[in-house]
Amino acid sequence: MSAPAINAILTLEAVEKTFHVAGEPVHALRGVDLEVTRGEYAAIIGPSGSGKSTLMNVLGCLERPSAGRYAIDGVDAAALDDDALADLRNRRIGFVFQDFHLLPRASALDNVMLPLLYRGGSRRAHRESAQTALADVGLADRESHLPMQLSGGQRQRVAIARALVGNPAILLADEPTGNLDAATARDIMDLFDRLNVRGHTIVLVTHDASIARRCRRTIRLADGRVVDDAPSTEAALRDAGSLQIAGRAC
Amino acid sequence: MLSFAETLRSAAASIRGHGLRSGLTALGLVVGVASVIAVVAIVQGLSHRIKEGFAGLGANSLTVKSYTRFEDKLQGRENRIGTADLDELVLRLDGVRDVSPVLPVFGPFGAEVRLAGKTAHTRVFATTPVYQYTRQNFPAQGRFITEADEKHRRRVAVVGAKLLDDLDATAAPIGKFVEIGGEWFKIVGVMEERGELFGISQDDFVLMPFATGLALLPDQVEPDIGITFNVEDVEKLDEVRDRATTLLRRKHGIKAGRENDFKVETAEQLTDSFASLFDTVTFVFAAIVGISMLVGGIGVMNMMLVSVTERTREIGIRKALGAKKRDILAQFLIEAVLLTTIGGAIGIGVGYALGYGAAQLIPSFPPAVLPWWATVAAFGFSAGVGIAFGIAPAARAAALDPMAALRNE
Repeated sequence: MSAPAINAILTLEAVEKTFHVAGEPVHALRGVDLEVTRGEYAAIIGPSGSGKSTLMNVLGCLERPSAGRYAIDGVDAAALDDDALADLRNRRIGFVFQDFHLLPRASALDNVMLPLLYRGGSRRAHRESAQTALADVGLADRESHLPMQLSGGQRQRVAIARALVGNPAILLADEPTGNLDAATARDIMDLFDRLNVRGHTIVLVTHDASIARRCRRTIRLADGRVVDDAPSTEAALRDAGSLQIAGRAC
Repeated sequence: MLSFAETLRSAAASIRGHGLRSGLTALGLVVGVASVIAVVAIVQGLSHRIKEGFAGLGANSLTVKSYTRFEDKLQGRENRIGTADLDELVLRLDGVRDVSPVLPVFGPFGAEVRLAGKTAHTRVFATTPVYQYTRQNFPAQGRFITEADEKHRRRVAVVGAKLLDDLDATAAPIGKFVEIGGEWFKIVGVMEERGELFGISQDDFVLMPFATGLALLPDQVEPDIGITFNVEDVEKLDEVRDRATTLLRRKHGIKAGRENDFKVETAEQLTDSFASLFDTVTFVFAAIVGISMLVGGIGVMNMMLVSVTERTREIGIRKALGAKKRDILAQFLIEAVLLTTIGGAIGIGVGYALGYGAAQLIPSFPPAVLPWWATVAAFGFSAGVGIAFGIAPAARAAALDPMAALRNE
């Protein structure tokens, strides 16, 4: 692989991840090379079991690769201990989960404030940033609501505000619309589109081709490897072609 | 790193969030701490009263008593302080005044006293006129024993108020005749009331002239008396004590290196021996009741373990968002400590109320006294229980892998 681009945010080299399930090794990633540069809007797609969620967790520094190199924003993640990794997650990564992962007993504002509080400092200092982030996702009037008092779409917006509040280098979203109905999913994707236009680097995992088409780059995984990596329109065309071929074959 | 204020806030929110469960868990500690505090408050109240009682003896008084080792007692030996010792001290000990002997005329258990058909049992002492100054206790009615009484071995008695009460003779007792151990005495005085000490009346006694008491002893019996005196200069208390010891050792012919067959004690030492007894009682009770705090601690640990399991996902979320190991550790540890210190604080309040209430309810019981060290110790112990029993669940939470915790349903 060539030297990483100057504006590379994520750089993966021959990343492997092996789990041991009941003593049997399961190879989730079998050597992934990937580079994401600043301002990109990329979708990782692939069938179930292709390793896309594992890849996402490695990208988010939630799991360490079994082999290979991984650098985020110029920092070699493999060399970091648990606490340094926590700090990296806190400062450089904004994570959006499929099932939101909000603290059920904390208000929307408190949820958004949480990553900032782990940086230290007082609640008062971070309150304003959290309010701004909530306003950015259109929930300025829902600050004191608990997650259970919000709709699914609103919860995901709170989660997105929480991911953005720390001003991360990259926004990672794992099936962000997976638990939402079609209309709400469109709203959330509109939000991601706007965020990307505003300069945020976004990588999301999805199994929904229509969502992948909205991104500007599609990375297709199969069996723990990147099998296709192209601008979305081309990828979509190839998809269409393969579908036609598949259709004919049936 | 999450700030301490934030950690505390989050711990408080979590305890509030599980109000009933937290309350029940803390209840174990409340009961434990409350029992410790109540027991300590009551026993210390008693101890306090006893110290007050001895304060009447004065800081400058010394008491000489016979002392027999337990092993010797088993062999039937009994050391004595006799009238010869009294004479020796009166004659040769300088810098002292108000030397008064106290002779339990009918032995340590006292005798029957009869007046107008009524009978009571009381302690009977024979002593000299200076006794009232040594003890700082004076007649409320009539007079005390006089030198003339001593000289003529008069059969006169000075009685305590409680004894009069027992004999139904509170009305105009002076001049009445009372039968003490088969001998008739005329009541010439009634002493000031001193109240109760540890539930025992200090006014249940009868005093007679020392000479009279000696005359009443059976022929073969050597008296064993106690001698109390005041040291004129408190600064020289130790000096006087050493001098008295030397005099008595010589008098008793005790060889160098052998143990004294008597004791010379200050009032303070008497107080201290009581105080140390009560401190021991306090300590033993506190230790026994402390076990219930152990049980409370196990309850806390159990709840915290349940809490960690239940909140595995929360831990995962927090870790994913940048919580470090020590953040999670601190969160759960502070939650446990907060819970136990709240329980401890409530327990201190309840315990004091219990001790105070019990002391008030039982008649003639001294008021409860809660020393500051007991409050501090109970509070510290509560926090300690929180740390000791919270650390394992907290460490378990801190060690969770973020991804595994997030996947937990």
